Amino acid sequence: MNVWLLLICMGLVTYAIRLSMIVMIGRVNLPPIIQWALCLVPPAVLSAIIFPELLMPRGTLDLSFGNLRLLAGMLSVVVAWHTRNVLLTIGVGMVALWVLQAVFPH
Amino acid sequence: MRHSPRPEFIAGVRAELPILLGVVPFGMIYGVLAVGAGMTVGAAMGMSSIVFAGSAQFVGVQLIHTGAPGMVIVFTTFIVNLRHILYSASIAPYLARLSLRWKWLLAYLLTDEAYAVTIIRYNQESASPVKSANRHWYLLGAGLALWSTWQVSTAAGIFLGAQVPSSWSLDFTIALTFIALVVPTLRDRPSVAAALSAGIIAVLAFGLPYKLGLIVAAISGMAVGLWVEEKQMPNSRRHERGDGR
Repeated sequence: MNVWLLLICMGLVTYAIRLSMIVMIGRVNLPPIIQWALCLVPPAVLSAIIFPELLMPRGTLDLSFGNLRLLAGMLSVVVAWHTRNVLLTIGVGMVALWVLQAVFPH
Repeated sequence: MRHSPRPEFIAGVRAELPILLGVVPFGMIYGVLAVGAGMTVGAAMGMSSIVFAGSAQFVGVQLIHTGAPGMVIVFTTFIVNLRHILYSASIAPYLARLSLRWKWLLAYLLTDEAYAVTIIRYNQESASPVKSANRHWYLLGAGLALWSTWQVSTAAGIFLGAQVPSSWSLDFTIALTFIALVVPTLRDRPSVAAALSAGIIAVLAFGLPYKLGLIVAAISGMAVGLWVEEKQMPNSRRHERGDGR
């Protein structure tokens, strides 16, 4: 397949998914239980990305103290919970990872 | 005016700014990978504007590199981006009154990162009595901030061949960004249950092909959250939550 044709097909598929419910709602009304379920999309999807990043940074489950990303990530969870500050959470997590990597080099 | 287009737009851009810290290295890494996979500069940049979906672009570049057939790549893109159906449905009630032209534009900009900040703002706003008629400008601001940053940072990765030293571990900022967004929203039991179960299932289902583990985990997490909600207050939910979202 020509690479530009491929890119256009990939783009159309992506766009159709993103547009689908936006144009259908209004005609199709979602029942309340679905609407409430959709409030759970952010915690569910974001956690499904976060957990593997922290718990299996090399592709396999690693619950040891050698898993520096897990330690730094847990610290950033505490910071996020107490401050609700996005920049501070990222900053503390990154600095924690750098310090840990400097102290425990692989 | 607190709710006129300009301040809404600027608020959207502002909310997106911290996330851009994580997007820049991600975009640069994409650029380096795309060129490394043998794509031309034009095609690598074309993918950023035509597809405009980070994880699908990474998977696409990988598949192009291995010479996978076009149909397989397109179908994989569909699977990887399927989660956007949930975003689309979740944001749709807030955009219902807009013209088609606005819907077409905002759908193009509906990425993980723009969705994340916008839906949190809209859900907070729907709890307050004052509703803005211009809230779509907030999504436009967040979406355009992300779009331009993505184009510039992927271009930087492509042109500079930027070797961000991997010892900097800048990819970690993506996980940290999501932590910063999700943790403050975990204020009730159903959300915590949804987050924990989705996370654990994502780890268990990590080996599934085509990022399917992510979809399985997210849907299971939502089901667990709903179940906890139902157990916790079987009668009150519809009164509190069911009113015209």
